[in-house]
Amino acid sequence: MASIASRRLAKELSEIKSEGCPVGINLVKADDFATWWFTIEVMGESLYEAEVHTLQFRFDAQYPISSPAVQFVVTEGRESPVHPHVYSNGHICASILGNEWSPVLSVIAVCVTLQSMLASCKKKERPPDNDRYVRNAPENPKKTQFEYHDDTV
Amino acid sequence: MDMDDFKVAPKTARKAYELEYDSLSQAAIEKLMEQDVEHIRGIFGVDASTASLLLRHLAWNKERLIEQYMDHATKMLVAAGVSIPEPEPARPSRRPARKPAAKSPKSETFVCPICFDDAPDLAPLALDCTHAACSGCWAAYITSKIRDEAEHACRCMAEGCALVAPDAFVRAAVDPETYVRFQGLLVRHFVACTPALKFCPYPACTNTVACPAAASKASLASVVPIVSCGARGIAAPSPSSAGMSQSQELARQATGKEHKFCFGCIIDSDHRPVVCGVALLWLKKCRDDSETANWIKSNTKECGKCMSTIEKNGGCNHMTCKKCKHEFCWVCMGPWSEHGTAWYSCNRYDEKGGVDARDSQSKSRASLERYLHYYNRWANHEQSAKLALDLFAKTEKKMEEMQVTSALTWIEVQFMKKAVEEVDKCRMTLKWTYAMAYYLAKGNQKDLFEDNQRDLERAVEDLSELLESPIEPENIPTLRQKVTDKTVYVQKRNTIVLEDTADGFLEGRWKWNVPVDGFDQPENE
Repeated sequence: MASIASRRLAKELSEIKSEGCPVGINLVKADDFATWWFTIEVMGESLYEAEVHTLQFRFDAQYPISSPAVQFVVTEGRESPVHPHVYSNGHICASILGNEWSPVLSVIAVCVTLQSMLASCKKKERPPDNDRYVRNAPENPKKTQFEYHDDTV
Repeated sequence: MDMDDFKVAPKTARKAYELEYDSLSQAAIEKLMEQDVEHIRGIFGVDASTASLLLRHLAWNKERLIEQYMDHATKMLVAAGVSIPEPEPARPSRRPARKPAAKSPKSETFVCPICFDDAPDLAPLALDCTHAACSGCWAAYITSKIRDEAEHACRCMAEGCALVAPDAFVRAAVDPETYVRFQGLLVRHFVACTPALKFCPYPACTNTVACPAAASKASLASVVPIVSCGARGIAAPSPSSAGMSQSQELARQATGKEHKFCFGCIIDSDHRPVVCGVALLWLKKCRDDSETANWIKSNTKECGKCMSTIEKNGGCNHMTCKKCKHEFCWVCMGPWSEHGTAWYSCNRYDEKGGVDARDSQSKSRASLERYLHYYNRWANHEQSAKLALDLFAKTEKKMEEMQVTSALTWIEVQFMKKAVEEVDKCRMTLKWTYAMAYYLAKGNQKDLFEDNQRDLERAVEDLSELLESPIEPENIPTLRQKVTDKTVYVQKRNTIVLEDTADGFLEGRWKWNVPVDGFDQPENE
């Protein structure tokens, strides 16, 4: 199984390197097939103008059958964007990372989805249960059973 | 010759506290599912695979399926994941960044869009939606759905595609062991969707019990659906029962604990005679109160007359208050003069005495004491049942020795086993009668109930005592006679309690002192 994951990631990486990332998304590091970092910024007019955030992907041996663990990096001076679906510890509540994950999606597809999630945001605020969640949150966001309550934002 | 001679003996007459139920194997459930599929197939004129996907989608509710399918057949087929939506205009490229799925798979070599393998011998596999992937990826995906997520509906891997893999596709994609798991999931789903069926809660058991009489919630106010799936013991974890010889397997089935459980609630043991609602209420109460209660119970009581707090640190139940010289019984706190002959009036919590206590004591303390009265007896019966089983283990050994040293046959020393089983059974009944009595509203019915309870309790205690009497080869015949007689009597008393209570539920005779689901509100005290 591990060979599927690494072959698939190798292929994704070579495509990123040859074709480049979509606008506003840049590869920071992908030294192994366990953790990748991307910077992500929202282009054009939005609430997040001039903000650069860092996304972390973690892959297990079952990737792409199982979804990657995706979160914003909140260490080394990096911050998670203030957004109703993003917790202050960087965890993201998005169905595409949970029960709507599909093996045909890719790392870049996730980046683009999250970019558009930020772009379409109307009001900068934390999720209503931010404090409670962050206090008890597991280290890996995949261990959280998110309820995808709001599809409009 | 009369044909009747060949008839199987009719089941022994059913008692009021026993319900009609049936135990079904996994194969039998699969047969039921097949019948439903066949039924739908005949009506809709679709193939069996489509019919079963439709049924699973609507939780095996045939009536609703027929109704909805007649109205919107296409919509239902799409929702059930049988067919893809018509290629209507409302399906433009949904996600700009999405890669084109493996460029024209047929023309050149096929590249799996999941693992990007392009080996020439790679076999593309797809559902009707033609979202192809290699067989390895399909296998990994479906296996992870079945094994990790316990999901029987495996939708197409393509994003947003809701097509469900039909059984034949699943079977071809995964290894046989995973397919067995898949079939198990389907059966569990069917059972969960059918109120008249319940899966046996014992580990590794695959039987199902059908009990239509207890299918509705309302019925639980009048019956206590204790059922048994027919199996015994705990099966070996894997179906191949590795490391277990056939004789061991037979031994397990013969001697293991019967898979007895309640069809109506989550209590996985016999809680007759009390109905589920009250039994659960009681268990919740015990969890809430028993710790505090235990402390007070094990430490102090108040003198019935002068309210001095008294700690009993030894001796018998005949207490004399050091301060006021009041003589009372430690168990019921009633005056000792009322005891002596009518010792067993001690199984009643004397409400009259309780009134006096309330005068000087806080009401909460009185209610706690009332609770303790019932809780102590409840816990005591559970404890005693365990002790009886321990005792039996010792006795059995002794009896086996006697078989060797004396002329007794195996059959002659079996009476103890029967008696201990009966004691165990009756103590379980007694245990739950205390839960019931705690919640029963005061009145004649409760008095009658407690009379039956007392008779059973006395009989059980007598039999218990007999079981503890010393066993010598020469007194065995008398002992056996006594034990056997007493066992029969105890059995009769147990039946009376169970039957009378069950009748009471059917007649709506029991009234509670707290609100219970499915019953009338209690009258004001």
